[in-house]
Amino acid sequence: MIEIKDLHKSYKMGSNSLHVLKGINFSVEEGELVAIMGSSGSGKSTLLNILGMLDVLDEGSYTLDGVPIKDLNETKAAQYRNKFLGFVFQSFNLINYKSAMENVALPLYYQKVGRKERQEKALKYLEQVGLREWADHLPSELSGGQKQRVAIARAMAAEPKVLLADEPTGALDSTTSYEVMDLIQKINDAGNTILIVTHEPDIADMCKRIVHLKDGVIVEDKKITQVRASQYV
Amino acid sequence: MFNKDRWKEILEVLTGNWFRTILTAFGVFWGILILIVLLAAGKGLENGIRSNFGDIATNTMFMWTQGTSMAYKGLPKGRRFTFKLGDVDAIRQKVPDLRFVSPRNQLGGFNGTNNVVRGIKTGAFNVYGDYPDIINQDPMSITSGRFINQLDIDGKRKVAVIGEGVRASLYDVGEEAIGTYIKIQGVNFMVVGTYRKNSNDGNAEEIQKEIFIPFTSFSQAFNQADKVGWMAITANDDSSITQLKEQIFTVVRENQKIHPQDLRAVGHFDLFEEFNRVLGLFKAMRWIAYFVGVLVLLSGVIGVSNIMLIVVKERTKEIGIRRALGENPWSIKLQIIMESIFLTIISGMAGISFGAFVIYLINYFLASNGPIEMFINPSVGLGVVLLALIILMVSGLLAGFIPAQSAIKIKPIEALRME
Repeated sequence: MIEIKDLHKSYKMGSNSLHVLKGINFSVEEGELVAIMGSSGSGKSTLLNILGMLDVLDEGSYTLDGVPIKDLNETKAAQYRNKFLGFVFQSFNLINYKSAMENVALPLYYQKVGRKERQEKALKYLEQVGLREWADHLPSELSGGQKQRVAIARAMAAEPKVLLADEPTGALDSTTSYEVMDLIQKINDAGNTILIVTHEPDIADMCKRIVHLKDGVIVEDKKITQVRASQYV
Repeated sequence: MFNKDRWKEILEVLTGNWFRTILTAFGVFWGILILIVLLAAGKGLENGIRSNFGDIATNTMFMWTQGTSMAYKGLPKGRRFTFKLGDVDAIRQKVPDLRFVSPRNQLGGFNGTNNVVRGIKTGAFNVYGDYPDIINQDPMSITSGRFINQLDIDGKRKVAVIGEGVRASLYDVGEEAIGTYIKIQGVNFMVVGTYRKNSNDGNAEEIQKEIFIPFTSFSQAFNQADKVGWMAITANDDSSITQLKEQIFTVVRENQKIHPQDLRAVGHFDLFEEFNRVLGLFKAMRWIAYFVGVLVLLSGVIGVSNIMLIVVKERTKEIGIRRALGENPWSIKLQIIMESIFLTIISGMAGISFGAFVIYLINYFLASNGPIEMFINPSVGLGVVLLALIILMVSGLLAGFIPAQSAIKIKPIEALRME
């Protein structure tokens, strides 16, 4: 599904150049649930941004579902993001003047899906995350966990190839975190490919594979036995 | 462009901060209001002045004699001369494109002595000897009877058309004037018609106190022979009297043995030139109104642009999210521009409507408090309103353009990092 070869990325900070990713080789099969771990500054968010086409790579190659991702202009990148990727952010990033349902329907709107169908699909995904009856509420009327579940529903709505989650539990307490992880595991069980950036070991343990980043290189890449989140809920 | 969701979004954004939206809209509202009111005031003034000219044929000049200022062909300078009927014929024959050439004679004058008598009533009136054409050059409405006709001229009939003012001073209220006789400088004339002239100039009273009699009768009754006091000459609609007048002077100079370079011998007043000068003034006023109005509007538009920049700044994160979710940058740009155009047009329409209301009020007060001199029916045409709308549309587009550009200039990744 994801194929990365010899990926380099550096940021220019004034006259200094900060070499963040120093040759990453990395691939993800369909249906995997991968945790990317590392201390702050290890380059894990940069990697996720490149995977999410929010940032461009300097060197190396990136193939997503057989499509080489390179030389994208903004319009093309937006199209690919819409078609291939779903994002879940640490700070939820819901649009605060739109209701839960409208938020979920947004990616479908960009796909030019008709209004009725959009609403039906949005309700279906809200149902999946257990927030059907909150469909008309604004994000400000939802709790943190609920917001993140709406965000997950939104990420799933466009039926992306890969779900990218950047610290999805970073702003939540542990009980809510486990609820969210439970949801993510269920989505993964349904066959979706998911990448999670996290620095919390217990969250990482709930994935099927952990990739450790340190100073811009992968130091460890191991498959693990998944800890089901449902037992904590 | 016309999809429901986009409009919903525009409304959501604009109604999200009512106070700010209204303050911003006020700038545009005010600009267009001033533009409309200025144009309407200019139009009102123009209407006022135009009606001062009344329905007088404006393509007209008046010509009279003054003393010669140069000696010529043995004749001394300072010689007095009068126009003759021969001059009138010569002008008619030699100068084409003239519609009316009316020779006129006149008795009495402003503050003259009493010259008209009827029974025991007397009055001082202007008495004109005229041809029937004069009614086309100096229009009046015949309130009873008829005006002078060619048969009166040919038969040198002693008939008179009197103004309503004359009737009021010589007749009792309700007394029939037609068929009665009045004595003008001792000569009896039968009244065949009465007239009223329209004017909202200061002389409205004065011009009702005139008496018109046939030119030929005038000449005979008051011993004028073939003398012509002065002339009113009107050119055809497709030519200008201002261009033709030199030809006319040349004919007169030849006929009267006046030195060709003697510019002072023939006096004239060119109504057309005067009229055009006034029209030119209104053109200038219109430009000033547009200039001032558009400048005021411009400051409103800059306000819109400013607010849109702030809106974009505020929504940077949201725009980042939307781009991460896969919204096309063009769609974001279009969204911002449409918000700007929508805001501009709505506030502009409010300005136009309110301007129309102000104009209505002015008209209402003008109507209820009686006319004010030189100011009639201020209004703006549909064309002006359409033009204003086009100006609004373009300025909305311009106002939205820079903010829209700045909205998609930020990379989504940077936008997302913003807190």
